[in-house]
Amino acid sequence: MIGVELVKMVRRPRTWVIIGMLVALPTLVAVLLAVTDLGPRPGTGPPFLSAVLSDGTLFPLAALGVVLPLFLPIAVSVLGGDAIAGETQSGTLRYLLARPVGRTHLLLAKLVTVVAFVVIAVLVVAAVSYVEGRLLLGQSPATGTVSLSGSTLTQEQLAGRTTLALGYVIVSMLGVAAVALFFSTLTTSSIGAALGTIGLLITSTVLLGLDAAEALHPFLPTRYWLSFVDLFRDPILWRDVVRGLGVQLGYLLVFSLAAWASFTTKDIDD
Amino acid sequence: MKPGAVNPGSVIRTRALTKRYGGLRAVDDIDLDVREGDVYGFLGANGSGKTTTVRMLLGLVLPTSGAVEVLGQPMPAARRTVLPQVGALVEGPGSYAHLSGRANLALLDASGPDRSPRSIRRTRIGEVLEQVGLDPADRRPTRAYSLGMRQRLGLAAALMRRPRLLVLDEPTNGLDPQGIQEIRLLLLRLNSLGTTIFLSSHLLAEIEQMCTRVGVLDRGRLVLQEQLDVLLRPTGLVAVRTADPSRCAVLLGDAVEVVEGDRLLVRADDPAALNAYLVGQGVRVAEVGPYRRDLEQVVLEAGSGERSDHQPLLRAVSRERSDHRPLRRAVP
Repeated sequence: MIGVELVKMVRRPRTWVIIGMLVALPTLVAVLLAVTDLGPRPGTGPPFLSAVLSDGTLFPLAALGVVLPLFLPIAVSVLGGDAIAGETQSGTLRYLLARPVGRTHLLLAKLVTVVAFVVIAVLVVAAVSYVEGRLLLGQSPATGTVSLSGSTLTQEQLAGRTTLALGYVIVSMLGVAAVALFFSTLTTSSIGAALGTIGLLITSTVLLGLDAAEALHPFLPTRYWLSFVDLFRDPILWRDVVRGLGVQLGYLLVFSLAAWASFTTKDIDD
Repeated sequence: MKPGAVNPGSVIRTRALTKRYGGLRAVDDIDLDVREGDVYGFLGANGSGKTTTVRMLLGLVLPTSGAVEVLGQPMPAARRTVLPQVGALVEGPGSYAHLSGRANLALLDASGPDRSPRSIRRTRIGEVLEQVGLDPADRRPTRAYSLGMRQRLGLAAALMRRPRLLVLDEPTNGLDPQGIQEIRLLLLRLNSLGTTIFLSSHLLAEIEQMCTRVGVLDRGRLVLQEQLDVLLRPTGLVAVRTADPSRCAVLLGDAVEVVEGDRLLVRADDPAALNAYLVGQGVRVAEVGPYRRDLEQVVLEAGSGERSDHQPLLRAVSRERSDHRPLRRAVP
């Protein structure tokens, strides 16, 4: 069933339109930077963006920093929100379940597919922006890339840490995927499920800017999204990365169980 | 059906099956009994609970109380073994709009626990597409399909696994008279090859033409379940149309059951003898013949036995029927 769901995702034009849009934004940024040579001042703007003018190899990270706060979670909300509600809307859910496909099995396949989409999207964005960085932006200094702490990283260190960062970005989307899937089991409208998820993420972002909500901050799904930056300090600052993993796994567990409880007891009557 | 009766040929059996939505009893205490080889017509007006019942048979909706057995096994507990032998069309077909009909069937087949090998699947899908009258070489996405083509694709999906039982909810929706006739013949052929068919419909004519057994659902209650030939067997009455109804009624006395304008229903064994007698007495007989009830009357009588106001059932069912009449004339 997981294979069938993956085939469905790959054969769906929408998947590639979304990935194209995810690639388009960093491409626009790269072109603008290359043409104007105007980077944000160090310490402002999205992470790494001030550094890429001199060092294009950091551009994949800058690109992920650009798409992570908004574009990627919206894409995951749309796909996750469509997972069950979309099958209901197209009238295919009842035929899948009467085939029969187990409800738990179907839910698992949908979750795996959304995560697979995130993996593909992150890898495509990273690969394209790496090429763009090498072609359009600054060549890396001969001495090696400079970390955020000022020390120099070797090529191997940079590659290793970039891989870790990609993995962290993928994990950061698990919570969103599980929430979207849960909403998708509640409604027959995939747009409704996607908007509900986006609403939750906006709430989280608003609360992060509010000192009165400080006690809640460590539990908000968007709190540690940009902590992959800490992987480029010397030595690596693990604290927020580990907390970020914990938060995402927590959301994944809670909302997957909620989705399971909701879907396996649901009457499929529309 | 007697409760607890042993019935080895039973394909669908429900016992006191009930589904409540809040205070509304959508399906109320019904005991369905569909036997092997039946073409079972499940008749009811829109909103009478047909679709909810069908969904409970397939394990999509969970009963509030009561039990369901399909192919001798309890549902939904045994769905992994039961459902692969059941083909279903529930409330309209469903398909992925951006894929071709063939790709849709392939994905559905590959989804189940008992997927067929790829080569068998390919030939099987070609066969069923032809069976339902779709072009197996059609590469268009299903969003370009007409309503009738989608309905045919839904039927193809139901037939794909060569099921022992077909559960079809309004299978001729959206089809033209020609298409209705084709699908009816296809279903009858499958039935003659041993497939049991459970057909739910609000069209009396459709049920009357195809079914061997009928169940009538009215506001969630099963008000009638019987073999069709038993329901429609001769009544022992003869219908006489005459220009002298009152004279005729006097002549025949107690044998007359009903007088309706120029028509009389007369208890008599032999229409020919009755005719000869009336003509001999100088009654001008316009028409004489054995009187048979049609399904519409049977259904109405079943409804009225259960309750005082049978008007809603009458209106819902018979109006649909008169809508359908021109179609019946179009297909011989």
